[in-house]
Amino acid sequence: MTSTVTPPVQKSGSGADQGGGDARRRRLPRLPDRVRQGGLPYLLLLPAVLLELLVHIVPMVIGIVMSFRELTQFYINNWGKAPWRAFDNYKIAVDFDAPLGEALLHSFYVTCVFTVITVGLSWLFGMAAAVMLQENFRGRGLLRGIFLTPYALPVYAAVITWAFMFQRDNGMINHVLHDQLGLTDEPSFWLIGDNSFIALVVVAVWKSWPFAFLMLMAGLQNIPRELYEAASIDGAGVWQQIRKITLPSLRPVNQVLVLVLFLWTFNDFNTPYVLFGDSAPEAADLISIHIYQSSFVTWNFGTGSAMSVLLLLFLLLVTAVYLVATSRGRKGSGAV
Amino acid sequence: MRRIRAAAVITLATALAAGVTGCGGGTSTDEGGGNDSPKTLTYWASNQGPNIEADKKILTPELKKFEKETGIKVKLEVVPWSDLLTRILAATTSGQGPDVLNIGNTWSASLQATGALLPWDDKNFEAIGGRDRFVDSAVASAGADGQPPAAVPLYSLAYALYYNKQMFADAGIDGPPATWDELVADGKKLSKDGKWALGAEGGNLSNNIHQVFALGQQHGDNFFDASGKPTFTTDGNVAAVKQYVDFMAKDKIIAPGNAEYAQNQSLTDFAKGRTAMVLWQAAASTFASQGMKPEDWGAAPVPVPSGAPGTGKQVNSMVAGINIAVFKNTKNLEGAKKFVKFMTSDAEQKLLNKTYGSIPPVAAAQADPAFAAPDLKVLRDTLANSAAPLPQVPEESQFETAVGTAVKDLWADAASGTPVTTESVKKRLDKAQQQMQQ
Repeated sequence: MTSTVTPPVQKSGSGADQGGGDARRRRLPRLPDRVRQGGLPYLLLLPAVLLELLVHIVPMVIGIVMSFRELTQFYINNWGKAPWRAFDNYKIAVDFDAPLGEALLHSFYVTCVFTVITVGLSWLFGMAAAVMLQENFRGRGLLRGIFLTPYALPVYAAVITWAFMFQRDNGMINHVLHDQLGLTDEPSFWLIGDNSFIALVVVAVWKSWPFAFLMLMAGLQNIPRELYEAASIDGAGVWQQIRKITLPSLRPVNQVLVLVLFLWTFNDFNTPYVLFGDSAPEAADLISIHIYQSSFVTWNFGTGSAMSVLLLLFLLLVTAVYLVATSRGRKGSGAV
Repeated sequence: MRRIRAAAVITLATALAAGVTGCGGGTSTDEGGGNDSPKTLTYWASNQGPNIEADKKILTPELKKFEKETGIKVKLEVVPWSDLLTRILAATTSGQGPDVLNIGNTWSASLQATGALLPWDDKNFEAIGGRDRFVDSAVASAGADGQPPAAVPLYSLAYALYYNKQMFADAGIDGPPATWDELVADGKKLSKDGKWALGAEGGNLSNNIHQVFALGQQHGDNFFDASGKPTFTTDGNVAAVKQYVDFMAKDKIIAPGNAEYAQNQSLTDFAKGRTAMVLWQAAASTFASQGMKPEDWGAAPVPVPSGAPGTGKQVNSMVAGINIAVFKNTKNLEGAKKFVKFMTSDAEQKLLNKTYGSIPPVAAAQADPAFAAPDLKVLRDTLANSAAPLPQVPEESQFETAVGTAVKDLWADAASGTPVTTESVKKRLDKAQQQMQQ
């Protein structure tokens, strides 16, 4: 709708004045023409801004307010009565010598390792698949479709299926690894103990690599074929082509892709929650589920919120540093 | 022109609508209940039958009956146990909840502390026929001492030892074990050829708590002292937890796979003849739904260290059960009370408890001969003589999660062959206790 309406806006702004401007002029006297004419875009943006406020900003602000209060079970029915605690909740969260802070630090560490591995593997798989599917061959469309399936499946349904597959006694993973291939002496546990980290990474990579594949495939379409032709005439091999043409051309795509993957993976709640339920094993205690536990399980929403705010600050910091660093790098390479 | 203005109007309307909804979402929940919508009720039932669908089938005709009597339409949602407490908490926080709901009776004191549930003082009890209609121990597990209960007892349960008669006969064992030593001895005879003696639900935090609580009582300890302070690491509690996990770690009478069970797989194992015993509350209907005939299994009191079940160190079960509660901010207070009255009426109590294999907390309904069947008699006797309520302290749900997780982690150790020692048990319980004191 906007696209059909937008072009004539500038011309018709004055026209609208003549048609129905009387009432408006009375209400808003001496509004400069420039403002009035430029008002429509803002008006059109208003719903988006309000919804953004409603969906993101307001809950975030409420969360920040909560983090300064003692919001335990005695007060959740009436938030207004919860006493203010200033930075007490934060002190508890970052007191790394006490069990709560220590657990948070451990969870943070697990999440960092998990994120690096998952983003790295997702990107690698996505890149490999995208490059391979650049060539035109029979069945390419089918493969693309299959590769994108995990991205199209509802998260819950998909992860529940993985949870069944990872069961020790009746799961398919052990059936293949242990019963058929005989790789392990005994069936392994995947949903409890240290292996749970591996299970988590497998599911997370499975879930997020198709997105990397999709983005990179789109990025590859924009690289002119002539570049490759010229390179191969000059005697460049496949690896050199990838290193000298493909990767530099994909830089802007990668900049966004890696950031988005990082944020999604770092904040992933659904995967561990559906795989492990309320209490994740220590080896797979991701920060989002840890915060959930700290709020809902101990009924202390103040401490949980304080942890969330810390997480938010950390992610903001990483994002800012990342964007500054990668943009600077891009300018540099552009100059070369 | 007109189109642009129309577009502007629509955008503005959307924007306003968004703003208004935004405001609407944050309604304060402070105000009390009322009777603004007297013709409808929302009811969250807990999962009592073999599965959610079965519960819907069982409850829907009863709700229709209620609608016929009173003209109030009840919207039913059966909430799985894994979600119930979180859903209740969310409803408490947002004020957007059901009118009437089932709660696990062990949560009563915790939820009572939030102040979101209608207190059942004498006046409210009067509206459902009086407090005297209910068995005392059941009312005692509906809230902290000295306060009006936060809920009304609906179904009563206790733990029993269910055993597979054929497997016992095949192993040459005469009858069910009465002491833990006998259970371990029998268990070693039963655990062979891919079959195991006992089932456990290692990933189910509540179930872990129920088991170690009863064992803790037998070791003469409780998880909270009289002033409500956690005492997880006392020698008795450590010994109780170790004894339970040792059934897998040391005695090897529980299959390692049980460490990750959390969806009642141990009952399936039992029904399929893969395990010979399971400690459970009112499992009859689940066994039946899994194709097990009533004559295939027997029920006996949960073992004790020595002698017969009783009070003090002879306790062999928690007072288990389901309570029915009303959210204070309901828009149909009178209707909600009528519904509670209906659900706790003699007729419904007999019918529902019979169907679910539980014991009615309403004394008059207990007299029905259906509750004198051998397995139900075990539950009834246990409730009457040798069951103790879990600590009725506000921190009870945190306790279930913290200690339940500690036991779950110990199961994981036992299953993966990591030694379970008094120190390792104590360390886990100590961590759980520190989580409580933040």
